[in-house]
Amino acid sequence: MTRKKRRLYFVSLGLLALGAATALILTAVSDSLLYFYSPTDLRERPVAEGQRFRLGGLVEEGSVDKDGETIRFVVTDLVYTVPVVYTGILPDLFREGQGVVTEGSLDPAGVFLAANVLAKHDENYMPPEVADSLKESGYWEEGVDGAADAAQGAAPAGAPQ
Amino acid sequence: MIPEIGHFALVLALGVAVVQAVVPMIGAQRGNLAWMEVARPASVALVLCIGVAFAALTHSYVVSDFSVTNVFMNSHTDKPMLYKISGVWGNHEGSLLLWILILAVFSLAVSVFGGNLPPALRARALAVQAMITTGFLLFILFTSNPFARLDPAPFDGRGLNPLLQDPGLAFHPPMLYLGYVGFSMAFSFAIAALIEGRVDAAWARWVRPWTLIAWVFLTFGIALGSWWAYYELGWGGYWYWDPVENASFIPWLAGTALLHSAIVAEKRDTLKSWTILLAIITFSLSLLGTFLVRSGVITSVHAFATDPTRGVFILLLLAITVVGSFSLYAWRAPQMKGGGVFAPVSREGTLLLNNVLLSTASATVLLGTLYPLFADALQLGKVSVGPPFFNSVFVPLMIPMLILMGVGPMLAWKRGDALGAVRRLWTALVATAAVVLGTWVLAGGSVVNAGAALGMGVGAWLLLATMVEWAERVRLFRVPPRDSLRRATNLPRSAYGMTVAHVGTALLVMGVVGNTAWKSETVQVMRPGETIPIGPRALVFEGAERMPGPNYDAIRGRLRLIDGDGHTIAIMSPEKRQYTSPPMATTEAAIHTTGVHDYYAVIGDPSPGDGAGAFVTRFYYEPFVPLLWYGALLMGLGGLVSLSDRRHRVGVPRRARAAQGASSTAAATTEAPARA
Repeated sequence: MTRKKRRLYFVSLGLLALGAATALILTAVSDSLLYFYSPTDLRERPVAEGQRFRLGGLVEEGSVDKDGETIRFVVTDLVYTVPVVYTGILPDLFREGQGVVTEGSLDPAGVFLAANVLAKHDENYMPPEVADSLKESGYWEEGVDGAADAAQGAAPAGAPQ
Repeated sequence: MIPEIGHFALVLALGVAVVQAVVPMIGAQRGNLAWMEVARPASVALVLCIGVAFAALTHSYVVSDFSVTNVFMNSHTDKPMLYKISGVWGNHEGSLLLWILILAVFSLAVSVFGGNLPPALRARALAVQAMITTGFLLFILFTSNPFARLDPAPFDGRGLNPLLQDPGLAFHPPMLYLGYVGFSMAFSFAIAALIEGRVDAAWARWVRPWTLIAWVFLTFGIALGSWWAYYELGWGGYWYWDPVENASFIPWLAGTALLHSAIVAEKRDTLKSWTILLAIITFSLSLLGTFLVRSGVITSVHAFATDPTRGVFILLLLAITVVGSFSLYAWRAPQMKGGGVFAPVSREGTLLLNNVLLSTASATVLLGTLYPLFADALQLGKVSVGPPFFNSVFVPLMIPMLILMGVGPMLAWKRGDALGAVRRLWTALVATAAVVLGTWVLAGGSVVNAGAALGMGVGAWLLLATMVEWAERVRLFRVPPRDSLRRATNLPRSAYGMTVAHVGTALLVMGVVGNTAWKSETVQVMRPGETIPIGPRALVFEGAERMPGPNYDAIRGRLRLIDGDGHTIAIMSPEKRQYTSPPMATTEAAIHTTGVHDYYAVIGDPSPGDGAGAFVTRFYYEPFVPLLWYGALLMGLGGLVSLSDRRHRVGVPRRARAAQGASSTAAATTEAPARA
């Protein structure tokens, strides 16, 4: 194999890898990207029933109703609200009045069926999407942000959520 | 007083680092040996200065000096000593301090063990190390000073997040950092080689052990983090493709590629320019990983907004490193002579394919991790890229690589015999087919299980092919057993390193595939005395009670794991803890392992509506998870075994260099007519 042929081989190998990666990414992206919605977003841009997405906001005070392993609560951005049903054990940091991000889809009645409730390491952590949606709805308190930033430092490198 | 000494030591370190970055570099350029030699005492001084700073911060944590902001934010008087100390690096400022301490120790190691390196190469590599150190010291001093004071000093600290008060996590960040920072060695050597404009096999021989050390630490670090997530977070998973996990996995993939291309560069004196590029990329990705986690750009897009100086500084450091090193590469790399040629079907050919696949995988994971950032910046909406994306992109890239991993070691360097390799591997091939069929039948024979059976087959193939390769080397069953034994003891350690690491990879693959396919989960309300089947066993709930702990209050469940005949196998006691400082709840899962499968129990809230003593419980049957830990352990051990081989040959680079010089002139003379 001459140098010229080898270079050709390298280049075609690289192009092949690039092509394969592009093809894989394009097929994967179309059905595995999850969009984030706040209750206001959901009101403005309705999502089809059964379509998976992320819903985030604050857990409304006094809305959590535990019935065995089934938990009902309301997610709010202080403008609109969405009822949520979740079956399972909630993360340790789930609390009324705190920020939450849930993953799931809507049922025909407009109730959000959460398959996952995500919570972070820290009790002061505010999911950035939730903070943004609260800023948009005009209910953001600046003080909370500073605390969240300070607490962020406590998360270790490489630690999963 | 002591925090001020620490702060002063850091400033002093900055001065030393600047000297070490400039003087040896100029010395190497002018051929002034005295100036080059400045690097060695400087690297000792740097370790001393940063060590003093680190000791000062540790002291503040140990004595709970809450007048230091950093201690106040992350510590508490009630905290056990181990976590007071691990709290030093459990936060942004302290972890950066640990980062540069490790960086300085690695530099010192070059000074100490690099006695037989060419002086100019050593001086330049140490100077590059010092440049990185300078950048980080500036970052710490200007944006993240760990010694900032608080006046008046508060009475007590805010405490460390209880999730982080765990032995697994106490050692996870340092391990990870040793890995990240270890790749700086390969980077510094690559830059030094680019400046010199010369890369030879001796260079690769020097870079390989450093890369290997870094890779071993990173492997253990990632495994430790994954293990911690598995037993501590209570959701029964070990990997979520979370951005923070990916931040350590991306450099690991690139580092694995580097490890293998360095072998080719050393043994065959080819792929040199690619190895240099990989060294630069790997370290850049390590930097990116550190910063993604430390700046919070991914988990929180606000980090830039809340602390603009920190974010901008981070970007600046990254940009200088990446732009600078890539420009240098673009300028100098074309001047480097290509090495020996090889056929596509050869050991080099498969190693190159492995490199292409690993780099592509690394690039796709990087893209998926950064995509939400791009989408947000381009106003495409707020998106998250979850496990489905990574699974459907990463897995197809890994399957051909794992299959190739079985074949590659059987091929000769330069020109391999594919047919011969397949012929020698036929036993492995037949056995793999048997494993696939057996797994499929045992799992019930449905279409759903076919994929899982094939996946197990990929792992089994790698395991068997690796064993066959070893058997071939010792000529097992072909020569008398005594001869085989003699061959086995005479095999180089690096060969054993490969065998052990590849067997580890095979176990890891089987663990992941088996667990993904056959894991099961149940959530239910249980009254005392109730039984729930889980996997091939069942769990009896016997009630729960309150248990006060040292700095928490717990509810402890009592569960009995029974087999089909009702015999007790184990008592499991999952806990739900409520910590006092900071006020926070944690889940302590109970795990019973058989060595191959895990039974995993979590207790939730009481459910008085369902009767007295009723609790929500969640059980997982986790088949093959222990294989994952064995696999990761073996991979790291394989690296260490291979490393021990190098250590035996500390004097070799000098002799090899002399020989190399002779052979390269010989090669040049033979090459000249060929070119003409």
